[in-house]
Amino acid sequence: MTEPFTPSAPPTVLLEHVAFQWPGSAFRFGVDRFRIEKAERVLLLGPSGGGKSTLLGLISGISQPQKGRIELLGTDLAKLSSAQRDRFRAEHLGVIFQMFNLLPYASAQDNVRLGLSFAPNRARRVRKEETPEEAAARLLTALGLPKNIQTGQPASLLSSGQQQRVAAARALIGDPELVIADEPTSALDGESQQAFLDLIFKQLDRSGSSLLMVSHDERLADWFDRVVRLTDIQRHEETPDAAAS
Amino acid sequence: MLLRLSLQSLANRRSTALLTILALAISIALFLGVERVRTGARASFANTIAGTDLIVGARSGSVPLLLYSVFRIGNATNNITWKSYRDIADRPEVAWTVPISLGDSHRGYRVMGTTDAYFEHYRFRGNASLTFAGGERFDDLFDTVLGADVAADLGYKVGDPIVVAHGLGAVGFTKHEDMPFRVSGILAKTGTPVDRTVHVSLKAIEAIHVDWQSGARTPGRSTGADAVRAMDLTPKSITAVLVGVTSKLKTFRLQRHINEYPEEPLLAVLPGVALQELWSLIGVAESALAGVSGMVVLTALIGMVAAILSSLSERRREMAILRAVGAGPSIVGCLMILEAGTLALAGAFTGTFLFLAGLAIAGPIVDQAYGLYLPFSLPSTRELLILGGFVCGGILSGLVPAIGAYRMSLADGMTVRQ
Repeated sequence: MTEPFTPSAPPTVLLEHVAFQWPGSAFRFGVDRFRIEKAERVLLLGPSGGGKSTLLGLISGISQPQKGRIELLGTDLAKLSSAQRDRFRAEHLGVIFQMFNLLPYASAQDNVRLGLSFAPNRARRVRKEETPEEAAARLLTALGLPKNIQTGQPASLLSSGQQQRVAAARALIGDPELVIADEPTSALDGESQQAFLDLIFKQLDRSGSSLLMVSHDERLADWFDRVVRLTDIQRHEETPDAAAS
Repeated sequence: MLLRLSLQSLANRRSTALLTILALAISIALFLGVERVRTGARASFANTIAGTDLIVGARSGSVPLLLYSVFRIGNATNNITWKSYRDIADRPEVAWTVPISLGDSHRGYRVMGTTDAYFEHYRFRGNASLTFAGGERFDDLFDTVLGADVAADLGYKVGDPIVVAHGLGAVGFTKHEDMPFRVSGILAKTGTPVDRTVHVSLKAIEAIHVDWQSGARTPGRSTGADAVRAMDLTPKSITAVLVGVTSKLKTFRLQRHINEYPEEPLLAVLPGVALQELWSLIGVAESALAGVSGMVVLTALIGMVAAILSSLSERRREMAILRAVGAGPSIVGCLMILEAGTLALAGAFTGTFLFLAGLAIAGPIVDQAYGLYLPFSLPSTRELLILGGFVCGGILSGLVPAIGAYRMSLADGMTVRQ
């Protein structure tokens, strides 16, 4: 189900010879080569504590590598100021955490719209078709959250499954080019896990966004275009051809 | 949206937030209250005597003269002879004089001998003159007019008999029992020492001392009240004189003249100047009070910073989410300042409300009980400046948690190590 990549489009994510070390920590993290194409869905497998979060931090531009080069949509993150990186992340990335994704006191609706707060272009893109409220409501409904709990009550009252859907809607609103998900299904049981991924993928089909999902659960592999083991990209040169099945 | 979220975040921690606001509000109400009492006390003090251009007494110092002639505190070191008084009163610059004679007491309250001119010319609190709550001025030799506090504390009504004691003690001392007085009038409350004074005529002061010499009753002599009435009761000396001039421009000339009066060492002071001098002495206590309430405000601000700081660690997740959706660390820091500013603003509003409510309730009571006039009015410019400074201080103190949040969100990024 891999879509044909347009040769002219720059890769959504490109890491080359990246070396990173947390200040004051002995933990070293290195990736020689890692690439995600447009609309590609990549599952990154690895044990917890293996540097997955570090990799996500690097890709999202929150952490800066000591060495190497990270490009998002053809933009070299190192060439941006930290404020520009924050803005870039807001405009082009959607992030779903493992758990505690939401501002507990804000409504589901507000949590979703928070995704547009720092991204004027993304907000403008939404407004071309509908108001942010409508977009949030549409996404939440599409992800299976009943209308009556979308507003008027704080997100902390939602079940953990419902909270993850709200988080997904926040990551998806305004169709960012890349969605990053850090073990988003670990708080869900098997059945709702599948339903959840189903819903996300349906939205991704619509928007044509890329997805990088981190997990330790190998059973998810079938859903993705490509599966990458963290240990592999950390050790070897890694190319899409070598890993593509 | 961000503002709304930060308010919601605050509402989410409402018990802490409300307590913080309460602490801030009480501190600011206290501070405003102290300020208002301070200015009120100063004004009350300065308003103790008005309309009088010069106070004249035996030569001592301006503060002692003011203390005994106006505040009825302490004693005159010396008296003015009746002749000197007449000389002053007859000068062309003088519009009116109020001679006063002190030295006797009634159950702890000072007895002051004076003339009708006193009710005419004594002014306090701007330009208010003495008014009667009941009765009228002394008409008869043995009439007295009581200050409001005297009448209230001792339970006198118009028409009651009253005995004046020689000397100043509350009890003891010999009493002028052979000269019974009658309450002819009771003055309305003024908030000045007038309230604690028993007023009689100058002649009455002479009358009760007819049989006395050198402060003791002459043995075997007792002149009846009727016999006294027949005597010449022109006083030989008085304690002080309040003087009004025909034109303010002549005040200094008259003052110099009196101070250089050749026949007797006299002192003439401008009430305003003397009041200033006295206030500068007791103003230290006022500054200390202001200092203490300033410290209370500072403590409340520190408490607010502590409350926000302690909330930081439990809000790391919130900050990580904000970072993930593209908020820079400076925005996360700004939220802390916003929060501190919101708390300070809410504290300032609540505090002002508390202060005004307290003023509305306590103001009349304080006026009644202590004669301290605290006008109920919306915050003055000065008080608004204090409030503004307080809110600015709140915003500034928000820098502390802001820097903390900034550092934290830089270090944490999107991942929260809990």
